[in-house]
Amino acid sequence: MLDWPLLSLLTWIPIAGAVVVAALGQRSPDMVRPLALIVALVTFGLSLLLYVGFDASTAQMQFVEKTVWIEAFNIHYHLGIDGLSLPLILLNTLICVLVIVGGWGIKDRPHQYMAAFLMLHALMTGMFAALDALLFYVFFEAILVPMFLIIGIWGGPNRIYATVKFFLFTFFGSVFMLIALLWLYLDSGSFAVADLQQHQFGLTAQILVFLAFLIAFAVKVPMWPVHTWLPDAHVEAPTGGSVVLAAVMLKIGGYGLLRFALPITPDAAAHLDWLVIALSLIAIVYIGFVALAQSDMKKLIAYSSISHMGFVTLGMFLAFAIARNTGELTGAGLGISGAMVQMISHGFISGAMFLAVGVLYDRVHSREISAYGGVANTMPWFAMFAVLFFMANSGLPGTSGFVGEFMVILAAFHASFWFAFAAAVTLILGAAYSLWLVKRVFYGEVANDNVASLKDLEGREWFMLTVLAVFTLGLGLWPYPLIELMEPSVQNLVEHIMQSKLG
Amino acid sequence: MTLAELQLALPEIFVLSMACVVLLADLFISDERRGLTHTLAVITLVFATILSLRLMMAPGEVIYGFSDTFIRDRFGDVLKVFSYLILIGVFVYAKHYLRQFDLFKGEFYTLSLFALLGTMVLISAGSLLTVYLGLELLTLASYALVAIDRNSMQGSEAAVKYFVLGSLASGFLLFGMSLIFGATGSLDLNDVSAALASGMGESMLLTVGLVFIVLGIAFKLGAVPLHMWIPDVYHGAPLPITLFLSSIPKLAAVALAIRLLDNGLIELHADWQGMLIVLAALSMILGNVVAIAQTNIKRMLAYSTISHMGFVLLGMLPATQQGYAAAMFYAIVYAIMSAGAFAVLILLSNKGAEAENLDDLKGLAKRNPWHALMMLMLMFSLAGIPVFVGFFAKWQVIAATLSAGFTWLSILAVVMAVIGAFYYLRVVKLMYFDEPDDTEPVAAPVDFRAVLTVNGVAVLALGIFSGGLISLCVSSFV
Repeated sequence: MLDWPLLSLLTWIPIAGAVVVAALGQRSPDMVRPLALIVALVTFGLSLLLYVGFDASTAQMQFVEKTVWIEAFNIHYHLGIDGLSLPLILLNTLICVLVIVGGWGIKDRPHQYMAAFLMLHALMTGMFAALDALLFYVFFEAILVPMFLIIGIWGGPNRIYATVKFFLFTFFGSVFMLIALLWLYLDSGSFAVADLQQHQFGLTAQILVFLAFLIAFAVKVPMWPVHTWLPDAHVEAPTGGSVVLAAVMLKIGGYGLLRFALPITPDAAAHLDWLVIALSLIAIVYIGFVALAQSDMKKLIAYSSISHMGFVTLGMFLAFAIARNTGELTGAGLGISGAMVQMISHGFISGAMFLAVGVLYDRVHSREISAYGGVANTMPWFAMFAVLFFMANSGLPGTSGFVGEFMVILAAFHASFWFAFAAAVTLILGAAYSLWLVKRVFYGEVANDNVASLKDLEGREWFMLTVLAVFTLGLGLWPYPLIELMEPSVQNLVEHIMQSKLG
Repeated sequence: MTLAELQLALPEIFVLSMACVVLLADLFISDERRGLTHTLAVITLVFATILSLRLMMAPGEVIYGFSDTFIRDRFGDVLKVFSYLILIGVFVYAKHYLRQFDLFKGEFYTLSLFALLGTMVLISAGSLLTVYLGLELLTLASYALVAIDRNSMQGSEAAVKYFVLGSLASGFLLFGMSLIFGATGSLDLNDVSAALASGMGESMLLTVGLVFIVLGIAFKLGAVPLHMWIPDVYHGAPLPITLFLSSIPKLAAVALAIRLLDNGLIELHADWQGMLIVLAALSMILGNVVAIAQTNIKRMLAYSTISHMGFVLLGMLPATQQGYAAAMFYAIVYAIMSAGAFAVLILLSNKGAEAENLDDLKGLAKRNPWHALMMLMLMFSLAGIPVFVGFFAKWQVIAATLSAGFTWLSILAVVMAVIGAFYYLRVVKLMYFDEPDDTEPVAAPVDFRAVLTVNGVAVLALGIFSGGLISLCVSSFV
């Protein structure tokens, strides 16, 4: 059974599904939703086979598929996963199911909506599994197309500005990566990620390549100061789009840093780690304050995402400071593992928060905090879920939000007290903006007639929020399976980046 | 002249004969049965494709014929095959328009076939004389095509403008050739190359000659600063003619550049490289930036052509096999994409009114979802977004520039690609995000829709399976 080309199936089944759904849409619109759901469920089921068959004791690439793609340039269709990509693929296929369920009520061109999301998730799976740099780049860029349409067609009033800004920001960032990859190919003769990771070259070149990677991935993460597209995109995107954007797309940047920037240019990363750490800390603290000042719920969650992604980039780049300051590597792996846990956990929590805002928006058609008040009185079950997720967002122990932040802060202590101090400020800030929002929206007296007439959750919404709540709590109470899954790959990465590649 | 030589030129001889047959046959075909001329022209191209494919399948070595004035090689065969295929598309697209606008006459087919013949001669040219012969055949037919609508003021104005500037450019080219001939004593490109290699010729004479030749090439490509005719002619000519001008002649111009600069003047590479750098950089900058300001979509696509030709030049300037292959790939892919984009405009043109404003595209996704999807793919491909084939074209020329050491030029190229993405996105925005002014579904004949579908899907399929076309282009320069 495990001889199946699982990764290809995971990539191509949703693409085929998207084509069928889009084609069917005109003739039999009733078929569209169930069919899209079946495709998403099949994909999710297949991704569980990956989990079952995955050998967590090695850092080797598994489920490898490799055939020649473009012979003239030695480019391969080369897929494979390790402990870094598997959790992200599982997250992606899970979120895909939720988004399809969440989009059940879309009225405008539902077949194109479902097709766009299936396509988007398929491309992201392909990207996380790609082991050839050009293949990775193709998936990485192709993702922009469905997302551009999702925001532009089903988005809010200012959607066109938001989607064009989103597209051009990411496109601008990634073209520099293309040049870096081409340069690496000309220097090393290969596009294979494994070859590039072993390729030795000088410090100046490494720094330039590193900066190119950093621009590309920093826009995706997004890191301060190239984060400005994210609040716009989040506010204007339809609920499903916001969920995917926050839950999966933001992880592309973090994954790219782990797969490309760190292992290919470790010396440059060691040289410039102060830059990334500084930008991460600014994101954590400054953007945390910005989130506090928001009056729009989606914007608040968007800024909170940027602040939380600051933890991810901080965790990834702590290793060098730890090695310099303590001379040993205790804590280096902890930082990277923490960053990974934070990415997965943020996927559940931010996705759930956007769904929660979507639940309210569907009923009241406003995202303004001031339009609500006392929602807990009329929607008690919904309030239970929402409070759980906002608590998790502020890092409450027992939820997944705590685990990642705690690991990164612990690692930061190994590097420098002040890093840890600044990072820990977010626990206060995160609690402040999350709980303040909870107080204003959910507690107190019923604020107006709109809120008074609210109906509690429907079956579909129950399903989505329950799934995410289970994962948030599960990962919070017992993170070991996830950490164990990543451990060999993280250790391997830490050892790899500690070796100078200056040829 | 032996039989073997005649066989080399079989496709050319066939197209010439058939062009004459079409011309004569058309005299005896009544207006109601004009479709026969169309069918005859398409059949001509199908058979020409078979003839050229047979030559292409033959062993890959370069064969010279007719006292070395004619070259048969992989490069030429591939370009010719794509010229035929694209021209079939042009004919099918044009028929729909010509019918609607009362222009459905045999001249269009005869002139197009003669222009194709010129392109073929140019592609296979082995001496300065054949280069010029092919080029003039192509451009003279093109001038007449632009003026095909006698009642259109705009069309006549464009034709005169094109004719005056085009003659000037041909004059430049001819003057440059005469100086090269004077310096090296030969018209044969191989002999010119050999003479230059042996140090023959006064350097002043050669440099001046080279400058004029590069100017001529730049005009034919439409590279800045000799681009001014492109927007006016594209705008003024009827849509099918614009469609034609933006496809086959671009392949011809690339062949012109490679034959002259590589086959003939490769020894002067150090001189022409600098000129091409300036042309490429200016074309990419001006084309992309000015295209943003256009509201007329024909002009927008005209400026987009200018920027794409900048990318093609990027592939040529390193003078490496990889670079030429990239330029060739780019030109073929561009011709396919551009044909599709203009075809969608033909689709949107109603009786008596061409679709030429960007607003005409509004809400196409609701009026005609399938063709809107084709246009979406064409636009993303022109913008250079993977997995569409336009990305692989851009990526290869950038790789070629980078391998020649021009890092700054490749950075300029990608930044310009990002700026260019904006106006292609605007087209997608109009089609998908805006509501249509006119909710009537768009109708077109079956053959038109079929060819447009093939054209759109090709942009995707050639991207996913780009290995094949890339290998074909690379193998043309071994």
